[in-house]
Amino acid sequence: MTGFHAILSRELRLSVRHGADTLAALLFFLLIVSLFPFAIGPAPETLGRMAPGIIWVSALLSAFLSLDRLFGADFEDGSLDQLLLSGVPGIGIAAAKTLAHWIVTGVPLLLAAVPLAVMLRMPMEAMPALLAGLLPGSALLSLFGTAGAAIVVGARRAGMLLPLLVLPLVTPVLIFGVAAADAAATGQSPRPHLLLLAALLAAALPLCPLAASVALRGASE
Amino acid sequence: MLRAESLTAIRGERLVFQDVNFALREGGALILSGRNGSGKSTLLRVLAGLVRPDAGRLMWNDSDALADRTEHGSRVALLGHQDALKPGLTSTENLAFAARLSGRPIGAALADLDLSVLADLPARMLSAGQKRRLALARISLSGAPLWLLDEPTLGLDDPAVDRLGSLLARHRHGGGMIVTATHLTLPLPDAETLRLSAA
Repeated sequence: MTGFHAILSRELRLSVRHGADTLAALLFFLLIVSLFPFAIGPAPETLGRMAPGIIWVSALLSAFLSLDRLFGADFEDGSLDQLLLSGVPGIGIAAAKTLAHWIVTGVPLLLAAVPLAVMLRMPMEAMPALLAGLLPGSALLSLFGTAGAAIVVGARRAGMLLPLLVLPLVTPVLIFGVAAADAAATGQSPRPHLLLLAALLAAALPLCPLAASVALRGASE
Repeated sequence: MLRAESLTAIRGERLVFQDVNFALREGGALILSGRNGSGKSTLLRVLAGLVRPDAGRLMWNDSDALADRTEHGSRVALLGHQDALKPGLTSTENLAFAARLSGRPIGAALADLDLSVLADLPARMLSAGQKRRLALARISLSGAPLWLLDEPTLGLDDPAVDRLGSLLARHRHGGGMIVTATHLTLPLPDAETLRLSAA
């Protein structure tokens, strides 16, 4: 547990020091969402109906922005070897990295989704469902993203490879997340969609760090 | 006690080394020599458990060292080609992770390598030799019994090499083991030498 905390605090400290990288995902999110009213017109009924989809797709793309550096930087400067030799199991390293990514990227995106949804005139009754979906959704993005980042680490053009690998995997997350908000907006219950998201999270929580730890061992060979 | 039994490594399609045998007792030191590309760094990574040997066994106190690579990792401190420092963190912060795992004081490790005045300077401001010394400070901080050093004197000036010498002597005196790859003469009295020839 000491090792897990040590890696987590190291990652968070690095995120604070590299503040520009950390803020980039959030600013990217704000920027993409702001582009939609210009592209599809400011009509409230159109924007409001599309708002959950716009926010989900933008959050998904923003969360990927910093992923290739998650292990890439450690791989290039030799820190990855040091992590693997720290006596912390690979699954612990991957879990700490995932949690750090979620805290630094997932939580800010979750919070920024509220003002952006208001800006897009999303129906207010959909707001709890949107956030309740984004909460497990952002964690799932961090989990799948970390596993993908560990798999492509060391590959040439890892930054290009990563979205190609992970975006298909997170499509179910997108489908159920948007469906939950849409259901709430049209007066239906978002519960089944949220439960499916929770089920995905329950499966990904042990499996993604496990996959990442195997991939990291392979990368260091 | 660390014992290598006919270790063999193949990288890509190329045989890097084969049938490497040695035994290292507590307090012992082994110098790896050989031409560029003769497999010194690969052997160090095999001994660290980062690379699996393609044949042969690595024994730690008569049990298979690589059966649990996470556990073996905690017995090893590796200084690789790269210094594994984060340019944005200060010297102290760069060592914080190793210190937290071993529970040893950072200040003493910095003082051992004459880095105390640079403690609060970001690592990107350090010279190449100072970075190497900081990486060595992490090794001395680790508390691992087996030190694997790949060209530890790279970029070090004479006083720093002397400090490294006393650090290595102290580690051996405390029962630690050292395996190092080097082209220069290291201050390591009565160390054995293993010559790797390109296969």
